[in-house]
Amino acid sequence: MHLVKRRKSKEAEIKRINKELANIRSKFKGDKALDGYSKKKYVCKLLFIFLLGHDIDFGHMEAVNLLSSNRYTEKQIGYLFISVLVNSNSELIRLINNAIKNDLASRNPTFMGLALHCIANVGSREMAEAFAGEIPKILVAGDTMDSVKQSAALCLLRLYRTSPDLVPMGDWTSRVVHLLNDQHLGVVTAATSLITTLAQKNPEEFKTSVSLAVSRLSRIVTSASTDLQDYTYYFVPAPWLSVKLLRLLQCYPPPEDPAVRGRLTECLETILNKAQEPPKSKKVQHSNAKNAVLFEAISLIIHHDSEPNLLVRACNQLGQFLQHRETNLRYLALESMCTLASSEFSHEAVKTHIETVINALKTERDVSVRQRAVDLLYAMCDRSNAQQIVAEMLNYLETADYSIREEIVLKVAILAEKYAVDYTWYVDTILNLIRIAGDYVSEEVWYRVIQIVINRDDVQGYAAKTVFEALQAPACHENLVKVGGYILGEFGNLIAGDPRSSPLIQFNLLHSKFHLCSVPTRALLLSTYIKFVNLFPEIKTTIQDVLRSDSQLKNADVELQQRAVEYLRLSTIASTDILATVLEEMPPFPERESSILAKLKKKKGPGTVTDLEEIKKERSSDMNGSAEPASVNASAVSTPSPSADLLGLGAAPLTNSAPPPASSGSLLVDVFSDSASAVAPLAPGSDDNFASPDLASSEVVSEEPADTVHDADELFHKFVCKNNGVLFENQLLQIGLKSEFRQNLGRMFIFYGNKTSTQFLNFTPTVICSDDLQSSLNLQTKPVDPTVDGGAQVQQVVNIECVSDFMEAPILNIQFRYGGTFQNLSVKLPITLNKFFQPTEMSSQDFFQRWKQLSNPKQEVQNIFKAKHPMDAEITKAKIIGFGSALLEEVDPNPANFVGAGIIHTKTTQIGCLLRLEPNLQAQMYRLTLRTSKEAVSQRLCELLSEQF
Amino acid sequence: SCGDKQEWKDKGHAASLCLVPVSLCPPTSLSWCRGSAWTQLQGLKSSSLLLFSGPEIHFILLFSRQGKLRLQKWYTTLPEKEKKKITREIVQIILARNQKTSSFVDWKDLKLVYKRYASLYFCCAIEDQDNELLTLEVVHRYVELLDRYFGNVCELDIIFNFEKAYFILDEFIMGGEVQETSKKSAVKAMEDSDMLQETVEEYMNKPAF
Repeated sequence: MHLVKRRKSKEAEIKRINKELANIRSKFKGDKALDGYSKKKYVCKLLFIFLLGHDIDFGHMEAVNLLSSNRYTEKQIGYLFISVLVNSNSELIRLINNAIKNDLASRNPTFMGLALHCIANVGSREMAEAFAGEIPKILVAGDTMDSVKQSAALCLLRLYRTSPDLVPMGDWTSRVVHLLNDQHLGVVTAATSLITTLAQKNPEEFKTSVSLAVSRLSRIVTSASTDLQDYTYYFVPAPWLSVKLLRLLQCYPPPEDPAVRGRLTECLETILNKAQEPPKSKKVQHSNAKNAVLFEAISLIIHHDSEPNLLVRACNQLGQFLQHRETNLRYLALESMCTLASSEFSHEAVKTHIETVINALKTERDVSVRQRAVDLLYAMCDRSNAQQIVAEMLNYLETADYSIREEIVLKVAILAEKYAVDYTWYVDTILNLIRIAGDYVSEEVWYRVIQIVINRDDVQGYAAKTVFEALQAPACHENLVKVGGYILGEFGNLIAGDPRSSPLIQFNLLHSKFHLCSVPTRALLLSTYIKFVNLFPEIKTTIQDVLRSDSQLKNADVELQQRAVEYLRLSTIASTDILATVLEEMPPFPERESSILAKLKKKKGPGTVTDLEEIKKERSSDMNGSAEPASVNASAVSTPSPSADLLGLGAAPLTNSAPPPASSGSLLVDVFSDSASAVAPLAPGSDDNFASPDLASSEVVSEEPADTVHDADELFHKFVCKNNGVLFENQLLQIGLKSEFRQNLGRMFIFYGNKTSTQFLNFTPTVICSDDLQSSLNLQTKPVDPTVDGGAQVQQVVNIECVSDFMEAPILNIQFRYGGTFQNLSVKLPITLNKFFQPTEMSSQDFFQRWKQLSNPKQEVQNIFKAKHPMDAEITKAKIIGFGSALLEEVDPNPANFVGAGIIHTKTTQIGCLLRLEPNLQAQMYRLTLRTSKEAVSQRLCELLSEQF
Repeated sequence: SCGDKQEWKDKGHAASLCLVPVSLCPPTSLSWCRGSAWTQLQGLKSSSLLLFSGPEIHFILLFSRQGKLRLQKWYTTLPEKEKKKITREIVQIILARNQKTSSFVDWKDLKLVYKRYASLYFCCAIEDQDNELLTLEVVHRYVELLDRYFGNVCELDIIFNFEKAYFILDEFIMGGEVQETSKKSAVKAMEDSDMLQETVEEYMNKPAF
């Protein structure tokens, strides 16, 4: 080794090593059998050479021989070589497994440890096959040494990750759970890792671990810093174990047993309290360990998402960290807040930190931290702050690191679209994106702006004018040429009246960019030109001249040549009528979820984005359209048949410059099926769960007691198909709901948030049922604390029992004193008959049979009404599912119709319900038919459901 | 033989050189990684429902300020070629970061947590949702263990007693999970095994032929 140590140059090193390798090889191949010592020496040398970065292709067999040595030192080197260098080479694995088997059976804890480490290090399927049955026995055997137990637990974990199917569940699992009570904290630590992973896949089987983990955690967090001796790390008691226990608890919902739940809440509060105490040491290790536990506790609080007080405290704590001098803490605070932003309890609290986050974006010196700031801004964005956040992101984009530009571009594009109140703002934003970071604007983004412009006729003129102006710049990005070419080709006529943007000027402007562009963009421009021929007959000859030029007709690129030839021919022979038909304006794209979202999801991978999108999806759905890959066929352009051309021409720009439509198509389908399977309905108009301006302005807080019911019918209706969200909000108070229903029972959590900094006094919410309603709906509430502190949130539970079917909704009346004035308001509580639906799946035959049985005219109620929202089939499906009935596919002979079935459960009876919804796209109308065994039920369900579309 | 020794000791947050500004990294270095390649490589499910699906730590790399790899430990199975590629990439990313930055870098679907001790960088790759701060302390505890064993450990100790560095790591972490956080237990295990073993260096220094 010392020979290698002082190498003068790379070549010298290689030369030296090759010589050494040759030497070792000859020793291994020599006639004389090597003794264990020499074998160990040479195997060790090989390892060293390998770790210097050179390839090693021999010596494996010698290493395997060392495994069966009785000398610890030789065995150890053998195992090290195997774990570093052996992949699942089948020949050797058998020999290795044999050696391991012997060591496991040796009952020598040191040898057993080596063997277990080797299994964990290699972790191959073959090893799992050989040992997955054996290791659980070692783990739970009464006479196994603690250190071996630790190794066995983690070894088993590794095998379970590699080959879960090979690890048999059995008696040992319950005994493993009880290791959480073990005396030896090292054993508990290792066992907790194993249990956490097992519990994720078998939650039922490991349910008892919750209470054990809570009591263990409780003992740790309340212990004095010296109690745990060697497991105290820089005055923090057992940080590793604490974090692992907190992770284990994140596999489960909040504990149901109130005692356990109370104890856990106490633990979490203690951890939050400790964060406020002065540090016990100035060392960074102390604060890191302490905060590691704190962040994990906050993750658990966010995961449970059920204790508003803890959530708000967590948010305040993170707020403090946002300004901390330690970069690491600022980074982690930003990251953690991202998840807090998606909880409806803390979204508003997170939003208050917007200025700090924007400042971080501007001043942080570390790209990782800035990236977290971008993520957080994205997460906290809603209608109230979208303009500010998008502006800041655009600003940042100018100087952003290359590594995160593409992601920022996607985020800006999504936010701009989602929260666009005014589509001119949207168009401006996207064009700015292209201007600032054109290279990072992916195809999805510019396709999307085109879809939106095509689908919104109110923005088309503006878009044409804006792209025209943007194209004036002497150097503009090719993406801008694409967008410009497409939009002017469709809507150039809208600005042609202005002499400054006459047809000829438009054409010359575009054509001046032509030669600088890539083939796909040129192909797109050629399509624009032929569209111009239709839009502006006055410049037809100019365009024909261009098409006829050699550089087009004889272009080396076959696609360009073909387009030029065909377009020229088309413009010459076709009559004005045919031209007008062939080159008609693009029809609107079907409204669907954005393909950009899909792209971002793909880019970000699983994790935060998905969670966020779940939330965001609920909030917004208004302008979800996406590129429709169908009917777009590159070959269509070159087909001689005029009818095929009709399709090809219209859609050509989308395909020819596009990546294979199939791939974007499947992406779409993925996203699409996500949203379709989400039970939460996508009710347009319900897009903003949080403070929206119209809510604030329609507040009915009055000084004198008034009994007017808050007339937020729209808000009421949005809860018909969903169970969670914000029911009411004004400047003082926010009311959030979470509810769940099963058969004829339900439970609703009402959260009252004081948005001011002043206490509410005499706070009395009352749920009122009319006399009629009282007999059919049993509601039980507990009184809440009459004082609500500024910024605090209180929770009230309503237990619900449906006795018989009912029409009206209960009223929630709230009275309180705020700064000397008496406040009184009432809102309808969205407890509606359909909440007691149980979906029923049935075959087509069953459905029609039952439908016929309910043919008594009193059993049927029908309503024909105008669509209030875009008629999107997937959204409709989601709403029917959210309404509570089963959605029956392939029942109605007309696939455009929707059919549902379910049973309304009341205490006294069960009422079977069938429904049928027939959309008429041309008329933008629906016909809804309800058949149930009870007239009143048909009536009520029909009313409720009619409001949804 | 250990010239770096004085420098090495306990320079937890020692100042580091700024070699290349982060913004000069090739733009592809990060955008390449987020895709599915990584997920495929490990056969991880990309479903977000499965929280913490991988090991706590996916791999640990120790490398010098000059970018020389000193120790590598992989807790997920990858082909050798892939390991080399990843190592090159990560060393480059981390060496390019300047001081005062956070200790965390997003990388593919994982997160890199790193810290410099004197001339050596310690870098762990963990799952995105994993606990970053505690990972920093994993690194620190490992350095403490090395220090306790070698007494004022320096880079050369790790080069020439690499097998010890591996054994110590194995006592502390197994399959990517922390096994024994007690310093006493881990060190005791090492000392026990040393009773049986002369140092490798001793016989490695004998002529090989």
